[in-house]
Amino acid sequence: MIDETVVALSRMQFALTALYHFLFVPLTLGLSWMLAIMEAVYVMTGREIWKRMTQFWGVLFGINFAMGVATGVTMEFQFGTNWAYYSHYVGDIFGTPLAIEGLMAFFLEATFVGLFFFGWDRLSRIKHLIVTFLLALGTNLSALWILIANAWMQNPVGAEFNFETMRMEMTSFAEVMFNPVAQSKFVHTVSAGYVLGAMFVLSISAWYLLKGRNIEFAKRSMTVAASFGLASALSVVVLGDESGYTVSENQKMKLAAIEAMWETEPAPASFTVFGFPDVKERTTHLAIHVPWVMGLIGTRSIDGVLPGIRELVAEAQLRIENGRTAYAALQRLRANRDDAEAKREFDAHKADLGYALLLKKASIDPAQATPADIAKAAESTIPNVPVLFWSFRIMVACGFWFIALFAYSFWLSAKRQLDRRRWYLKAALWSLPLPWLAAELGWVVAEYGRQPWAIEGVLPTALGVSSVSAAQVATSLGGFVLFYTVLAVIDAILMRKYAKLGPDGLGMWPAAATTGDRHV
Amino acid sequence: MFDYETLRVIWWLLLGVLLAGFAIMDGYDLGVAALLRALAREDDERRVLLETIEPTWEGNQVWLILGGGAVFAAWPLLYAASFSGFYFAILLVLLSFILRPVGFNFRNKLVDRRWREGWDWVLCIAGVVPTLIFGVAFGNLFLGVPLRYDDTLRMSYEGGLIGLLRPFALVCGLVSVAMILTHGAAWIALKADELIAQRAQRLLRLTAPAFVVLYALAGAWLAFGVQGYAIVGAAAANAPSNPLAKQVAHGGHWFGGALGIWAVVAAALAIVAALLVPALARRRPLAAFLASALSIAGTIFSAGFALFPFLLPSDLDPRSSLTVWDASSTQTTLGLMLLATVVFLPIILGYTAWVFSVLRGRVTLAHVKQSHGMY
Repeated sequence: MIDETVVALSRMQFALTALYHFLFVPLTLGLSWMLAIMEAVYVMTGREIWKRMTQFWGVLFGINFAMGVATGVTMEFQFGTNWAYYSHYVGDIFGTPLAIEGLMAFFLEATFVGLFFFGWDRLSRIKHLIVTFLLALGTNLSALWILIANAWMQNPVGAEFNFETMRMEMTSFAEVMFNPVAQSKFVHTVSAGYVLGAMFVLSISAWYLLKGRNIEFAKRSMTVAASFGLASALSVVVLGDESGYTVSENQKMKLAAIEAMWETEPAPASFTVFGFPDVKERTTHLAIHVPWVMGLIGTRSIDGVLPGIRELVAEAQLRIENGRTAYAALQRLRANRDDAEAKREFDAHKADLGYALLLKKASIDPAQATPADIAKAAESTIPNVPVLFWSFRIMVACGFWFIALFAYSFWLSAKRQLDRRRWYLKAALWSLPLPWLAAELGWVVAEYGRQPWAIEGVLPTALGVSSVSAAQVATSLGGFVLFYTVLAVIDAILMRKYAKLGPDGLGMWPAAATTGDRHV
Repeated sequence: MFDYETLRVIWWLLLGVLLAGFAIMDGYDLGVAALLRALAREDDERRVLLETIEPTWEGNQVWLILGGGAVFAAWPLLYAASFSGFYFAILLVLLSFILRPVGFNFRNKLVDRRWREGWDWVLCIAGVVPTLIFGVAFGNLFLGVPLRYDDTLRMSYEGGLIGLLRPFALVCGLVSVAMILTHGAAWIALKADELIAQRAQRLLRLTAPAFVVLYALAGAWLAFGVQGYAIVGAAAANAPSNPLAKQVAHGGHWFGGALGIWAVVAAALAIVAALLVPALARRRPLAAFLASALSIAGTIFSAGFALFPFLLPSDLDPRSSLTVWDASSTQTTLGLMLLATVVFLPIILGYTAWVFSVLRGRVTLAHVKQSHGMY
């Protein structure tokens, strides 16, 4: 029997620790490349200031990197501690990209990060630059494999259920690796990280210019941030659109929920810019529509139809019926593994087995389910529409603001007028939290939008939990809240302190002004 | 390629390699953290100790991450059962592995004395606690844990953190602590300023014999005081992974397993190598550190050989015990992961060796006194 409290607490803990981990990851992704760019300029021009820039931003990178590493361990452990049935059910497929991530990527970044900090006097310029480059490469490859794992949760290709082991098993690793969702997710996510890294450098540099400190240092940093940020902001929006297209192919319900598209519209569907989704009435009040746009984004055509929520619920109902047939055949197969008739029936319907598990999630034996139970289970496939609707729109609005801000920064930088307009510098400074907001909301859209599934169409989230008690999970959740809050406060204090000290306060630039002694 | 049985044995060996890799590489970080206050008396000395591990601890910690990932991918049932069953023990390990990186990074960022002393205590505890827990967990593998599977292979675990603290398991925990303190001291003797290195050499004369005595005690206890587990009849080594498809007998003793003799050989190696550590520490510190590493590998493999083919026995429902033959992922996944390991592990070892060679030499007090330590 599934304990609903355990499910709720486990989900809360996972969401909390994942969102927290994702405060640090995107900055690592973006800042590592910017360090590599700055150091490359140093190696090419031999100008000391570029080395100092690499080192200064490196100090902030280091604080953030440690937090990313530390909170990442939680994510890997948590599948085992709190999602044991999930781990058993899909470990054969899901574990592989995680292990390869360790082998191919995480070892690389973690081994070279120490040398980045401690290797300045021990390595030649070129060798140190290679170390920095490998560090950046490692962090990005890391994201690739994690997103391959995540994409499989959204679009479980290359796997099938084995009744003898009662789990999903890999049939094609190539399909798992080249999952189209993985590719669009990877480029979208790393681009978001690059935008965040660029904004981090842009905002802090803008603050120095507002204070009239570190002028040469800040302007050069902003130039790097502006060009890197503009390219990334364009890429994050364009490739986010690609992400939308791949979602439309295999997660129609998620797309319909993001759009609060209650009914199927004639093609090409309109895009709802604004409105208030009403879950009870299944309508969106005060909606402002832009004709055609949604159909074009979602189907890349003018005649492709995007199904609405009502139609998708009806479809889910049919799949639950199919799933019940598969479930009944599975019971017979487990009683007698040589029952050829049961095997045939199971194979014919096994694609919908996960839908029968939606009934188990509500603690109903699929064999005993009434039509009312089935209708209710079908309804449960609708994610939280208002949350998705708003999260998506705020994220997209941030994306367009980033394009505008970085484009203007780029123009100012080209005209060498970065320090001329105080309102611009203030806008750049106050935009600092926005990429974090956008990134966290992106996670909400992707993962909260996947509910009620842990693995889309295969395993409902509620069934994935461990057989632990609610008291155990409540204790660990409370511990995480407390512990993570303390760490966040310390991290914020240190980040702020070192950003405020700046290259001048740290004695990094101008080099002769002070010595490092005052910070021993 | 390989048949299913062979792949399972290879992945069982690789599990040992990963565990040993973790214990050897991350072990000296844990040991140094645990000895931070005992061997270094004031801030500069502690900064010396920290700087011997700061450039490499992140890479070392990946052995834990990779170990976790590989167990997830190759032994999903073991991963699910042990992590959820040992819930609070795992969370304590996790807490330590979050505090350690943060402590390494944050400690030197402020000058305040209480701040640094506070982090020194945190690092010290974060070095001892997971070490103890890993040892206790290993001890519990021999005793069996209260887990059981239902017919949908959903596992339930009828016990808690306190239930793990059985006398034999606690002795195993102490073995682990003595082993890691020895390893940390051997690293300090190799890498730290002569002044601190000498203290480490003296400490080794205490910890290495302590390890040998405790380890021998645990071995004797295991041979005479702990009941073993055995699969009834022939093991279905090529069958799909379903733990409920076998019968298990609880009784007899552990060294009666197929690899019992190998366990004794590995144990002898562990003891001889451990005794060499203090003898070599003064004149040949690198050889002493390698001897300590060998002793760790011997210890871990002796436990693995003795347990074979068991991974996680159940005393509640012996049939639900996890073994090499019924807790793995599919042949496809094992083969694929083997390929990835064969390709990447040598590359990892190669660049890790290069990084260590770049960082060779002792960290001296004079060096620390003139640098700002603001990594």
